[in-house]
Amino acid sequence: MKHLLLGDEAIAQGAIDAGLSGVYAYPGTPSTEITEYIQLSEKRNALSAGLENGADSAYSLEVKGKIFCQWATNEKTAMEGALGMSYMGKRALVCMKHVGMNVCADAFMNAAITGVNGGLVVVAADDPSMHSSQNEQDSRFYAKFAMIPCLEPSNQQEAYDMMHYAFDLSESLRTPILFRVTTRMAHSRAIVETIDTPREQNTLSSPENTNHFILLPAFARKNYAELVEAQADFVQTSEESLYNTYTKGIQPKKAIVTTGIAYNYLMECLENGAKSAYSLAFREASILKIAQYPLPKALIEQMVADGAEEILVMEEGQPVVEELIRGMVPSTVVVKGRLTGDLPRMGELTPDCVVDSLQLTVDRGQLTVPELVVGRPPALCQGCGHRDMYAALNEVAAEHEGAKIFGDIGCYTLGALSPFHAIHACVEMGASITMAKGAADAGQFPSFAVIGDSTFTHSGMTGLLDCVNSKANVVVLISDNLTTGMTGGQDSAGTGRLEAICLGLGVEPEHVRVVVPLPKNMEEIKQVLREEVAYNGTSVVIARRECIQTLKRHLKAKK
Amino acid sequence: MKRDIILAGVGGQGILSIATVIGDAALNEGLYLKQAEVHGMSQRGGDVQSNLRLSSEPIYSDLIPKGGADLIISLEPMEALRYLPYLKEDGWIVTSSKPFVNIPNYPEIENVLAHVKAIKNHVLIDVDALAKEAGAPAQAANMVLLGAAIPMLGIDHDKIVEGVKRIFARKGEAIVAANLAAIEAGYSASKL
Repeated sequence: MKHLLLGDEAIAQGAIDAGLSGVYAYPGTPSTEITEYIQLSEKRNALSAGLENGADSAYSLEVKGKIFCQWATNEKTAMEGALGMSYMGKRALVCMKHVGMNVCADAFMNAAITGVNGGLVVVAADDPSMHSSQNEQDSRFYAKFAMIPCLEPSNQQEAYDMMHYAFDLSESLRTPILFRVTTRMAHSRAIVETIDTPREQNTLSSPENTNHFILLPAFARKNYAELVEAQADFVQTSEESLYNTYTKGIQPKKAIVTTGIAYNYLMECLENGAKSAYSLAFREASILKIAQYPLPKALIEQMVADGAEEILVMEEGQPVVEELIRGMVPSTVVVKGRLTGDLPRMGELTPDCVVDSLQLTVDRGQLTVPELVVGRPPALCQGCGHRDMYAALNEVAAEHEGAKIFGDIGCYTLGALSPFHAIHACVEMGASITMAKGAADAGQFPSFAVIGDSTFTHSGMTGLLDCVNSKANVVVLISDNLTTGMTGGQDSAGTGRLEAICLGLGVEPEHVRVVVPLPKNMEEIKQVLREEVAYNGTSVVIARRECIQTLKRHLKAKK
Repeated sequence: MKRDIILAGVGGQGILSIATVIGDAALNEGLYLKQAEVHGMSQRGGDVQSNLRLSSEPIYSDLIPKGGADLIISLEPMEALRYLPYLKEDGWIVTSSKPFVNIPNYPEIENVLAHVKAIKNHVLIDVDALAKEAGAPAQAANMVLLGAAIPMLGIDHDKIVEGVKRIFARKGEAIVAANLAAIEAGYSASKL
């Protein structure tokens, strides 16, 4: 069957067809659609099987072929859940955006030491150019750090095919596999041909040796020695992989190494080259296409043996391969790429920068952007509750000179921009509360934190416990829109239980306040904020009103 | 056959529905297709664009090189201008004439339209007015724009119409009819 699929959807369908039993994920651009696709697919299956609540009802092992697909609270709980499913012999998938790898790093690194029982594949969706992220860290470092294989498909069809391959590889090598994609792969549609009959799910089975999963130092040392020893196998698997290909050029003095989707930009240039006056030298260079790591050492050695004197490395993200290849070839071979300035040091690759790196001259067209065109930054929706929350907070904060507001990750980060200019920091998930605490510890007053409901349950709860334990003088505003808004409205882990969570963590009951962020309530909200600023201790003000985007959808569905 | 198209607009205007219909028609024609979309942060009232590539030959890159686009389809006139460096010299701009003003420093609309008109091959239409005339709801304005772009798409009018029928089928006959009326309104306006 042929389908028009996003890269993310191709990954999801590939996992389903590979006999997946569970997907564990926290939403994050550009990875969200993988889990959403599996959830939708499960819902359809349930409906066609006549189960009314379908995928919404609790997961039951008795339902054959059912895939667990509920959102996790954060990437760490996701990674651990998946490791547990793998422990019991079933195939599990973990999905996240690149910075989610930092959150699950503890579980991820140690899963490399335990190894797996059922296949375990971790998808990290990197965001070079930071379309929707705070940094452009390259997840391939994590694969190298954990000493496990990494797959990086070059197109949507490969993404589909390689998911099945990834699960097989994970089970044959007994290791987790990192599956790395970037924004343009994740969020671009192409035609994908899928298989007709999905593989059956694995049956429940315990690990042969449970000591492998008990990381006491004595056991862990043994496991780690095995992992070190397995490195040679991993390299050999890369060298034999169908996804790594080396083609000797007619002019093998020049060689080009591509990873992932960089191959497409190169081929775009070479194909168009037939029609334009492109330099022959590069059209006839040797090409090493890499989609599996660790690097295929033998193929690189072959490239050098064939006479490569100049190697140009094209990779999406940080110069990982460029650095590694420098250490693998004789010093007389010139290695070029992002480090040498032949390609931009930061940002995603484009067909244009790849053309430049090949020192080709092309007709680019003469049109420029007229000067009158101005930027159109994203903004909070009209009628959004975050707006009313910021309107009130700004007024109360202005009553104290030097008030500090620590923000967090979500739609409400847009409070940093016009017209609010409300927040003074935004670093990573949960940092609002703990940074506000640290500032208060340093003597700052007043010190506010603004955090969304989903971000609060993801990584804010532990910080709030720190505040309670030291009676930190902070006002924590939880802007609760009952959903994970910025990624499109996924379930939020604490919906309906935020007050109970705050009370359970030990916030004084009289300092857990709830307001409804609407213009008509402005005076009341400001009064509540003033009272909590006046309290010398930890306060939580929950500003609760449903996200207007999900509200619209809910009203439509009711009709 | 090869068409590189940039779809432009403001988050929420409906450029992805245009892409979905063209994609469906292209798939049925047996064409190769790649379509890079923008998700996430930039959807919130910011500028959005999608690179749509159609070809009878396999397509490698998800992105269109500068100076490579045959066509810019835009639901907003200033947004059409933002992607001019990607347009071929003999490329077409098909854009709505109505500004979407959600920023305080939006330029004078006459100056924006003058820049559109300075492009030799342009279609400048008021898609909202045309949708209204055709008796289609405001949400179908994006289909008016698609109708106006049909002559430049390299896909027959009838194939696009079939695509609209398939894509909107599950929303009911009334919605399909409204969108088809919108397509025809745009198609006629563009041929004039």
